[in-house]
Amino acid sequence: MNLWKKRLRALYDYRFLIKQLVTKDIKLKYRRSFLGYFWSILNPLLIMMVLVIVFSNMFRFDIANYPAYLIIGQTMFSYMTEATNQSIFSITGNAALLKKVYVPKYVFTLSKVTSSLVNLLFSLGAMFIVFIITRVQFSLYMFLIPVVLVEVYLFCLGLSLFLAQISVFFRDIQYIYNVFTTAWMYLTPLFYPMEQLPEMLQKLIKIFNPMYHYINQFRTLVLQHCMPSMETFLYGFGVAGIFLILGIWAFQKNQDKFILYI
Amino acid sequence: MSKEDYIIDVSDATVRFNMASEKVDNLKEYVIKLVKRELMFQEFLALKNINLKIKQGESWGLVGTNGAGKSTLLKLICGVLKPYKGTVTIKGSMAPLIELGAGFDGELTARENIFLNGTLMGHSEQYMKDHFDEIVDFAELWDFLDMPIKNYSSGMSARLGFAVATMVKPDILICDEVLAVGDYKFQEKCQERMQSMLDGGTTLLYVSHDINTVRRLCDHVLWLEKGVVKMSGEAGPVCDAYMNQ
Repeated sequence: MNLWKKRLRALYDYRFLIKQLVTKDIKLKYRRSFLGYFWSILNPLLIMMVLVIVFSNMFRFDIANYPAYLIIGQTMFSYMTEATNQSIFSITGNAALLKKVYVPKYVFTLSKVTSSLVNLLFSLGAMFIVFIITRVQFSLYMFLIPVVLVEVYLFCLGLSLFLAQISVFFRDIQYIYNVFTTAWMYLTPLFYPMEQLPEMLQKLIKIFNPMYHYINQFRTLVLQHCMPSMETFLYGFGVAGIFLILGIWAFQKNQDKFILYI
Repeated sequence: MSKEDYIIDVSDATVRFNMASEKVDNLKEYVIKLVKRELMFQEFLALKNINLKIKQGESWGLVGTNGAGKSTLLKLICGVLKPYKGTVTIKGSMAPLIELGAGFDGELTARENIFLNGTLMGHSEQYMKDHFDEIVDFAELWDFLDMPIKNYSSGMSARLGFAVATMVKPDILICDEVLAVGDYKFQEKCQERMQSMLDGGTTLLYVSHDINTVRRLCDHVLWLEKGVVKMSGEAGPVCDAYMNQ
């Protein structure tokens, strides 16, 4: 117990560093681009527009308010991919630093997941523009959106810690993971309705795909103006917790060996 | 003398690198080699049973040929490396190993890097704001503050690194060949500052191939050869022995 108290204390001591790293990421992402931060809002809007055009002309799905349905799924999923993909390089990319200064190594992974979250918050701006244009009715349930974001954040943090540590030892994890996320994307109802799939697959997705739950909770809150079931929240937090524990465990088990491989 | 008096206490420390005979850093090769049973590991001891006890206020020079383990020892003391056997105990705050461009992000400007570097050492933003002018004054880089570090010359970034690391008044200062790239005037300025920090009670660990600087700055010297201590003690005799080998 004391050890954990000490660790939390260390995390608190390094809060300035985390803040610096997060602002660094955000600053660098759009530095010297003409539109700057505006891109974080514009980018999801443009991608959504392409998808809306593709899927309302070439493939048609029977979904009410398709643009809103699409942008919720797409924003949430791309947060997950961005956070984890950035984290894969969080240790190897900071090798020069880690070789010289003692810093808790998870700080770099944590700051990547957090800076992606800040980007997600920008994208929420884009989302709300879509909500306004498509006349989504605003309701008090929207105030529960942060709960969903906390779930995704914790889930991504756990997954990222795991990926960050393993990619130190195996550099090709990034390619394998890319293939994995592509499959994952098609197995998440982002641009099609869940009902489209065979029953068996639906069941599997509900059990093994936490992203489905997070996206579905979000959509229920915004598009159906009602409370998602208690089970889905329990599942969401449960999976996030399991990943977090697994990630932390793997990371701290291997972190002393990083220096020999970076 | 009781154990508590040492600010740095390295006792019987061994550092082992588990080098694969060929570097395997991807999953595909790992699996293939595992199946073919070719996964050989070669043990390599970078440091063997090192003992080093340093009291507060002492200044130690580390000498030895390239690959003798000097930098490895510094990394061990920094906490970047963990000993395979033995223990390393440090009491007090430490500035990071200053090397060329330590802790700088090439894309960021000098101004941003000063803050990044300071917080990396665990200082608050306010503290860095208060000392910002002092740092830039010392590094004499007012004209280049908003230029990305990647455009700096190695001498310029070394100046900045030295300025940041010494500004924060650590208990332990560790320098690894940092002055080699600075111009003559700046080298003098740095040595002056190190001397004044020493007078203020800072403990110094200094790696250099310039034996004269070591003689001037350090009162003790550790001579490493191939990972073992060849000689350690008062600066004069060890330096003489090192030069006369």
